Amino acid sequence: MQPKPMLETRTLPDARGYFGAYGGRFVPETLIAPLDELAAAYAEAQADAGFRRELEHLLQTYAGRPTPLYLARRLTAHAGGARIYLKREDLAHTGAHKINNTLGQGLLARRMGKRRVIAETGAGQHGVATATVCALLGLECTVYMGTADMARQAPNVERMRLLGAEVRGVDGGSRTLKDAINEALRDWASTYEDTYYLLGSALGPHPYPLMVRDLQSCIGREARDQILAAEGRLPDVAIACVGGGSNAIGLFHVFRDDPVALVGVEAGGQGIDTGRHAARFADPHRGRPGVLHGTRSYLLQDEHGQVAETFSISAGLDYPAVGPEHAYLRELGRVRYTWVRDDEALAAFRLLARVEGIIPALESAHAVAEALKVAATMDAGSVVLVNLSGRGDKDLAHVSSLSKGVQREAADG
Amino acid sequence: MAEHVTGEGRIAATFAAAAAERRAALVIYLTTGWPSPEATLRLVPALEEAGADLVELGVPFSDPIADGPIIQRASYRALQQSVTPRRCVELVAQLRAGGVRLPLILMGYYNPILAWGVRECVGACREAGVDGLIVPDLPPEEAGELWGATRGHGLALVPLVAPNTPQARLARIAERARGFLYLVSRPGTTGLRDRLPEGLADYVARARRASRLPLALGFGISNPAQAREAARLADGIVIGSAIVERAAQGPDAVAGFVRELRAAVAREG
Repeated sequence: MQPKPMLETRTLPDARGYFGAYGGRFVPETLIAPLDELAAAYAEAQADAGFRRELEHLLQTYAGRPTPLYLARRLTAHAGGARIYLKREDLAHTGAHKINNTLGQGLLARRMGKRRVIAETGAGQHGVATATVCALLGLECTVYMGTADMARQAPNVERMRLLGAEVRGVDGGSRTLKDAINEALRDWASTYEDTYYLLGSALGPHPYPLMVRDLQSCIGREARDQILAAEGRLPDVAIACVGGGSNAIGLFHVFRDDPVALVGVEAGGQGIDTGRHAARFADPHRGRPGVLHGTRSYLLQDEHGQVAETFSISAGLDYPAVGPEHAYLRELGRVRYTWVRDDEALAAFRLLARVEGIIPALESAHAVAEALKVAATMDAGSVVLVNLSGRGDKDLAHVSSLSKGVQREAADG
Repeated sequence: MAEHVTGEGRIAATFAAAAAERRAALVIYLTTGWPSPEATLRLVPALEEAGADLVELGVPFSDPIADGPIIQRASYRALQQSVTPRRCVELVAQLRAGGVRLPLILMGYYNPILAWGVRECVGACREAGVDGLIVPDLPPEEAGELWGATRGHGLALVPLVAPNTPQARLARIAERARGFLYLVSRPGTTGLRDRLPEGLADYVARARRASRLPLALGFGISNPAQAREAARLADGIVIGSAIVERAAQGPDAVAGFVRELRAAVAREG
């Protein structure tokens, strides 16, 4: 089915931050005034050609944009169908798309006269990108990180500290990304006068989902131009992984009115039936609209409305809610959301390293795994675009500990 | 006070009675189910006996973003004992059956209410003898459905305002408020603090201009000295973390502390 034109998505979110029934601002009263200040400052900055020029300049000279679009010939041959192109966000400075957002919001923080920046991080990629931009702009930086994630992602903790950031471990709840966001929101509620909260994904209260989408849309804009130059046509399918959903929305937003099928890939963990996953849209029992971290969207929760524990091999997809615009795009039927299990992602991780010499982030490996499935069903004249949102160096220790675990199990057995 | 009065009316009567005694109303917060559901059943009557005017029962939630470490911990432990929103409402029904007559307000985050169903939840609250609700992550812009449901059942939906709430917004919030207006005393989360914030008198005066409802100050009021100071300004004061911290020591310890607070909120002269 050909996607219908979606003119209405261009004007969303509305003034209250809603994409259809999703979005909004569910925060304590203390945060309303800071969010109003932020929304006004962002609108003003966007209208300022000087601000846009400085951001563009830094994206080119500092972050390394545009990132390449690469035809993965050996991966294509392996899949045996459509030509697969990779949008190489892994080659952006700090190794992921996160820098696109942190540069934009960092400049906004400075423009607003804030001297301190706080952020949350799960895998550490957003924390590193925030610490990097704070070093660049001379801002004080505090990053909240669950202590479980600090143990899993020790090299990124070191990286943030080297960049001058203070990393504060969060011991509450599940000690992962969602708890880090809780703690960042608590910090901001008492420090907003001199502190900017640099949220890392297309979630949270309005205006964050809008701002992060805008700042990540450079991915889609470049990819669209690049594929037109390479192929003389648009791709048939564009695929991205979806945790909070910032790299995906940066890609999807640009193709929304094009005849391009869009696919978002959630973390299937050990399988939907096991309950050990982070696939908000795939679990008919626990994945329902709810409110977490200031926004109404699909949320993994128990029958009493307590937020569920999630599970994924990739820390960046290990989050119980999804950005509100994704919930809306799914409801409209514009984007197909699917999921990929840990073992499939791990196989794609290894395959891409072996056949293309590219080690993807485990998050991005989910998108690669889905691309292999999709491409195999298409003919050689078709084109599949995959957003390779980050590089996998951060995952090496985790992956090798997994394979050691497997060897141990085999030896024990 | 008339025994048949419930909901919004019971809250209004309570503030009026305290005012008639020339003192601030003493509002006590407890995390429901901490240290155990049975303890809640013993604590609330002890609080009433010791002179609390109104009790807020916190409904445990997995992600309490407006709360500091003490209430976070209590909430987490209560969740581990399966203290669901339904259980909280059942405990209220048991407290009422046991003769507790002071106003009971449930304070909880929005997602558990949504998951239950806004109408169903409010109906069950009404049935059990809950008089009002406070939902710290539900600003008035998002509160339409809950506002309608509570109004339909005569329950108060008590809004929070903060020191950084602009005057025009404060007036809009006050216009729809019922029961009382909850003045968050300072930026940040619940928890113990060494002193009351600066500028409290101006802030309370600003709220007075916007509303004829009773004003209750909360967040960070930690001891009788601070309670005395806050009680000079407001019609009610809320003590939360300092109570929750003592809740594990049993009803007698908490009641002793509440008696000290009650003495402190009586205005001299």
